[in-house]
Amino acid sequence: MTAPTPRRSWLNQRVGRSQNVDSAKIDDGTPAVELVAVDKVFAAGRTGEVTALVGVDLAVAPGEFVTFIGPSGCGKSTLLRLVADLTEPTAGTVRVNGKTARQARLDQDYGIAFQQSGLMDWRTVVRNIELPLELRGWDRRRRRDRARELLELVGLPEFADHRPGELSGGMQQRVAIARALATGPRLLLMDEPFGALDEMTRERLQAELARIAAETGATVAFVTHSIPEAVYLSQRVVVMSARPGRVSAVVDVDLGVRTEDTREAPEFFAKVTEVREALRGRRSPSVAAFGAGEER
Amino acid sequence: MRDRAVRILTPLAVGVAFLAAWEAFVTVQRIRPYLLPKPSAIWRQLTQNRSDILDAALATGSNALVGLVAGSVLGILAALVASRFWIVDELLIPLAAAVNAMPIIALAPIFNNMFSTTSTVPRRLIVTVVVFFPIFVNALRGLRQVAPIHRELLDSYAASGWEFARKVRVPNALPFVFTGLRLAASLAVIAAVVAEYFGGVQNGLGTRITSAASNTAYPRAWAYVAAACALGLVFYLAATLLERLAMPWKRTALAG
Amino acid sequence: MPHVWEILRRFGRPETAAPGADSVAVAVLDGVWFTFRVAMVGLVLGVAVGLLLAVLMQRSRLAERGLLPYVVLSQTVPLVALAPLVVGWGGRLRIGDATWQPWMSVAVIAAYLAFFPVAVGALRGLQSPSAHAVELMRSYSASWWQSLLRLRLPASVPYLVPALRLAAASAVIGAIVAEISTGTRGGIGRLVIEYSREATADPAKVYTAFLGAAALGLVVAGMVALVDLLLSRYRPAEAHS
Repeated sequence: MTAPTPRRSWLNQRVGRSQNVDSAKIDDGTPAVELVAVDKVFAAGRTGEVTALVGVDLAVAPGEFVTFIGPSGCGKSTLLRLVADLTEPTAGTVRVNGKTARQARLDQDYGIAFQQSGLMDWRTVVRNIELPLELRGWDRRRRRDRARELLELVGLPEFADHRPGELSGGMQQRVAIARALATGPRLLLMDEPFGALDEMTRERLQAELARIAAETGATVAFVTHSIPEAVYLSQRVVVMSARPGRVSAVVDVDLGVRTEDTREAPEFFAKVTEVREALRGRRSPSVAAFGAGEER
Repeated sequence: MRDRAVRILTPLAVGVAFLAAWEAFVTVQRIRPYLLPKPSAIWRQLTQNRSDILDAALATGSNALVGLVAGSVLGILAALVASRFWIVDELLIPLAAAVNAMPIIALAPIFNNMFSTTSTVPRRLIVTVVVFFPIFVNALRGLRQVAPIHRELLDSYAASGWEFARKVRVPNALPFVFTGLRLAASLAVIAAVVAEYFGGVQNGLGTRITSAASNTAYPRAWAYVAAACALGLVFYLAATLLERLAMPWKRTALAG
Repeated sequence: MPHVWEILRRFGRPETAAPGADSVAVAVLDGVWFTFRVAMVGLVLGVAVGLLLAVLMQRSRLAERGLLPYVVLSQTVPLVALAPLVVGWGGRLRIGDATWQPWMSVAVIAAYLAFFPVAVGALRGLQSPSAHAVELMRSYSASWWQSLLRLRLPASVPYLVPALRLAAASAVIGAIVAEISTGTRGGIGRLVIEYSREATADPAKVYTAFLGAAALGLVVAGMVALVDLLLSRYRPAEAHS
């Protein structure tokens, strides 16, 4: 964190957080996210141990959009939560922006969105977006401006003073995404954020997310169980399988800039088929070695 | 609009029908007033003793209010402590449950002995103790029942325990606290009235009821009973109003 | 206030100065046993009435609208005033050969206090199943009665248990206060009043009565906890913070 910090509240100093809007740009080729030999075993109560993940080796380059897809029980959500430091690996290391996952969380290097919007119904929409900024000690003016800017970004400027209960599911999810972007993080973690929405809203939000990711240059780690969504959004699709949860294949998707017609293009369908085959366990020739680009 | 009309009219209709049946029953069966006076006789007593009823209601009401406020504040504080420190939680819950299971009202004679005969403190103390438990239990439940997603969200913000309590726990607990408050409000009035039965200053509704009854002026006694009910209702409605004011978002949820 | 050990010692010594008087412990236990039985009768009655009202109000929206306000209002009526009246009414009743005993008035008052939390709690519980669950029962062409037995009643258990806790405590309190207002002999309420009259001369005695009453409350609370345990099958997973 080399940018100057205008004001660090006592609390922020104590927990080692910074007040930067943008996490430091790492130009030296350090992966945005790196997992090495990660295992995760849950000691579940009555059913005994559950091996959620085993032997995961993965690296995500800065600015890359990576999707994790697989059947239930494959550990994709667990993987995301390991990166978010919401849980800890039983073995192996997780590094985010060259730091430990824990430090990355303390430094607020990422924004996260879940399948439920998790909006607080006692706060208005704009105050929901301001929540992470409040915790970082931003002053009122700055917070309010940033929140309104984000509402414009997700297309809901006129709902600033409404309550979450007055919004539809899709709108709530858009607010949740705006909140995830509030601190301008370089890394976005998203756990099936469009899972509870209808198809039309999904497609629209996918397009908006692709645009936002491209504009901000953020790295995105996205979990989904929809193959077209994975192919549409990402540059790499990490296919996972269950029992035990592990990475079974990686599919490169190079469809260029996403437009309205991308979903109709033959290359799109080809990639969807490729991912589907990978999910079924039939490896296809274009599966790349695990790792960021060709550097491994 | 129509739904609201039905909502208010139905209980009113039931009430009116009940009163009419009561009046008819007493008249036809020639029930003696000491068993069951007529509603009309009670009403007459209400209007005749208006000012005295108001004075007595004020006395009982102020006892109830002081106890309600004191008990609520203590209950909320205790819940905050109990939710933050697990150990305290484990100790305090069974203790509070035990205290609440005891008939608090049996403390009344003891408190009366501890203080002078003209003091209002014993009655207010009784109300405080009675009010404490529902507030404590409900506030604690609200503080603990945090949605897992909110917990994860604030973990992802590396929020401290204090920040988590301030931004999530407390506002989340408000609906629960108000549920407890509504119950505690009517309990406070009852406790205040019943506490007067054990001696002390003869200035409240409870004492008026018993003195009227011992003078066999039963319609008047019932008039004071009606006043006590009205007082309880006022407290309950005030608590409901407070709830509406403090949580305006509760009514704007989308249907379905 | 006397020391704790003074109070405990008082239990052992005779109740009054009269020759051959039982120890205070015996007197308090007798009183507690009496009040316990009366409170239990009141509790059972109150629970029955409360459940009946809740089922009625769940069945009919109109009944709910018309009755619920009065159920809530009923609790604003102070016990103290009702007690002697209930005794009077009871005196006029005659069920066959049996005459109305004073303790029955006490039980009725205990029931009056107990029915409210049960009625409100059971109603909330009976209304708690989601619309999906209710529609599922409809798709099985289940009658209202079947859906009551198989869906609504089990769903209401998590609401009934705290209500039962409250009702049990209220029944005990109601019984004690009613004993005092009606002057019914034999229960712990009577002892509290009697001993409090001698408080200046014999300060420890009134506390023994209070401890007895407190113990009664605890025993009843323990019973409800047992019921909670037995019904724990119907409890959903607890939400942990």
